[in-house]
Amino acid sequence: MTGRSRWWLLSAIAALVMTAATVYGVGEWRRYQSLQAAPSSVDVATGPSLSGPRVIFRNTAVGDDYGRVAAVPLDDPGAPRAVSDLECDRVDATPERTVCLRTVRGVVTTFEATVYGADGTQESSWPLPGIPSRTRLSESSRLVATTAFVTGHSYVAVGFSTETVVTDTVAGTSANIQEFEFTVDGRRVTSPDRNMWGVTFAADDNTFFATAASGGQTWLVEGDLAARTLVAIKQGAECPSLSPDGSRLAYKKDLDPGADARWAIAVLDLATGVEVVLPGEQSIDDQAEWLDDGTVLYGLPRIDAVGDNDIWAVAADGSSDPVVFIERAMSPAVVREG
Amino acid sequence: MYISLRSAPDDMRPQGAGRGAKVSSVVITLGIVSMLTDISSESVSAILPLYITGVIGLSTIAYGFLDGIYQGISAFVRIAAGWASDRGGQPKWVAFFGYGLSALARVGLLFASGFAALTAVITVDRLGKGIRTAPRDALISASSDPDNLGRSFGTHRMLDTVGAALGPLLAFVILFLIPDGYSTVFVVSLAFALLGVALLGIVVPNIRPAEGPSEGPSEGRSDRPAATQPAAPRFRWNQLTDPRLRRLLVAAGLLGLLTIGDGFIYLLLQTRGAFAAEYFPLLYVGTNLTFLALAIPFGRLADRVGRARIFVVGHLALLAAYVVAALPVNGALLTIACLLLLGMFYAATDGILAALASQFTPPEARATGIAAAQTVVALSRLVASTTFGLLWFLYGSQAAVIGVAVALAIVIPVVALLLRRPARVRADA
Repeated sequence: MTGRSRWWLLSAIAALVMTAATVYGVGEWRRYQSLQAAPSSVDVATGPSLSGPRVIFRNTAVGDDYGRVAAVPLDDPGAPRAVSDLECDRVDATPERTVCLRTVRGVVTTFEATVYGADGTQESSWPLPGIPSRTRLSESSRLVATTAFVTGHSYVAVGFSTETVVTDTVAGTSANIQEFEFTVDGRRVTSPDRNMWGVTFAADDNTFFATAASGGQTWLVEGDLAARTLVAIKQGAECPSLSPDGSRLAYKKDLDPGADARWAIAVLDLATGVEVVLPGEQSIDDQAEWLDDGTVLYGLPRIDAVGDNDIWAVAADGSSDPVVFIERAMSPAVVREG
Repeated sequence: MYISLRSAPDDMRPQGAGRGAKVSSVVITLGIVSMLTDISSESVSAILPLYITGVIGLSTIAYGFLDGIYQGISAFVRIAAGWASDRGGQPKWVAFFGYGLSALARVGLLFASGFAALTAVITVDRLGKGIRTAPRDALISASSDPDNLGRSFGTHRMLDTVGAALGPLLAFVILFLIPDGYSTVFVVSLAFALLGVALLGIVVPNIRPAEGPSEGPSEGRSDRPAATQPAAPRFRWNQLTDPRLRRLLVAAGLLGLLTIGDGFIYLLLQTRGAFAAEYFPLLYVGTNLTFLALAIPFGRLADRVGRARIFVVGHLALLAAYVVAALPVNGALLTIACLLLLGMFYAATDGILAALASQFTPPEARATGIAAAQTVVALSRLVASTTFGLLWFLYGSQAAVIGVAVALAIVIPVVALLLRRPARVRADA
């Protein structure tokens, strides 16, 4: 091939490839614009936002309400959802407060946590060090836990890093639980690869449960905010969620440890130490939420649609197979009163 | 960089024209290939965490696992690819295969929607990176004037780093315009990858500095410039026994054992609390910019005063970075100083190591020699990070860094002695 024909060939390929990418990009931009204008693909109720016992969640139905916080009545989860204008990646709520973790897109993408009052006014907001992962409010609404991946830590040769902070909205203080004293079988673990995530609070606003990881292992830990301690109570359990009566913990358990992970939800009775693995075919990667003392909710990605999820419900004693509870939704939070 | 786009490949002279010669247009073309490929790969890796956790819905452990693959896998295939490149005398086509494999992985990304699929796609991408690096560096070396080697590698690394800086920017601009436009990022990334592969395949000649006239398959034969066809022996492992190469491998391994990785230094700076956590990603941008600005000047300096010397000086910069990171005081200025020192360290060592390795290896074994040096560094740094984690655990962050700094201060003079002779005789390499 001569020099000239090489350059022609290269220019032709460059023109073809760049045109194709541009056409695709413009098409996607148009699709996104029309999506913003399109009606939602699920029934949506208009009017004032829901009050009373309800499940709030992140709406993942395609349409202009995608990514917004929505709610359905606790006793009628199939009812048309009331959609708010709050956009959140992760959400949790009590009758008094809502906490929302979100991605603020831009040329430099940032992340933030925001707390709203019952009337929807913003109470406080602070930046997160990376991508939102988990958030929980305590039953009294006093404590807020947020977990985010720390962006940039991935440049540590291998592994990932999370930052989990518990904020006390009354005292106005916050604590990074990675700095707490962490013990496994009485031995202190201070390795820098420690990571903590997925907090769930007990009713006393001091005790909490979370996940701790170090050296490729994970533990379910019981934390004490005042004493600033974390004590491992079980190995191989992640993202705990305490039942309303405080007697049991639901968490993710890896049924196939090794390179592949197949997570199922398991329920541990704190008094007896008896663990029940709940039925379900798909691998579950979510922090469970208790609908009531007998039922556990969790989000599952839809196999047929990237970016879409359903919320499933399963009996906490493992007596029945999971069923879809709310379609096209994720990050469920049960608000029992109010 | 427009120079290379204008000069036709047919009149390239792979062996440069003596002192003061400009960097070969092959090197610049290879630099642009790397830049396009880095725009492609870095645009995806910048948004991958967002995509994995936000869109696909996987969480912490899954992300950590994928990230581990992303970092670790390429070291293992590197030597094999270097050997294949030397053995077959086809560095361009081995590199082409590596670049092509990564481009293919971009196609897979468009369809991967689960953990297993993503793992496979990322594995293929990183395998491609491992395969292409050593033959590509051998091509740079073969098309450069031996006196100009540092500057050539500096130019290549500069263009490469420009791509690494542009990629994330491009990805975030796309997501800004189309908030759910992950597939657009993947398509654009694929486009840049294909451009890079096309540029390499069509424009870069397959320079085989040590190939017999009638051996090997015939495809790509017309690519070969006439000046690069001396009849020479083919690759044998015992061609890697040059004592200077062995000393370089020992030196690089020793220094690698005391190179703890920027992540730890960033963590140290962060725990000292000199800046808000949200600025954390900017630390690595700062290091990259310094690397970008200094790669060529340091390469030229290395050609003038000796590559081994600059390689050693680069580690003095690393030592200074440790000292700054260990200082018990806060301050934005200290943080910036630390980033500048880290950037200097990379500018003085990354390309220079490849230049040194090719200087100490006969042409017919060059890709293997470069791969050996790079693998020694990668593996020793892996050991360093693990060990440093343990030291941090046992003695605390401050003491651990001071310990490593002291060890580095002892090893640097030893390495300087070890590399001293080669530095003197470098002209007749």
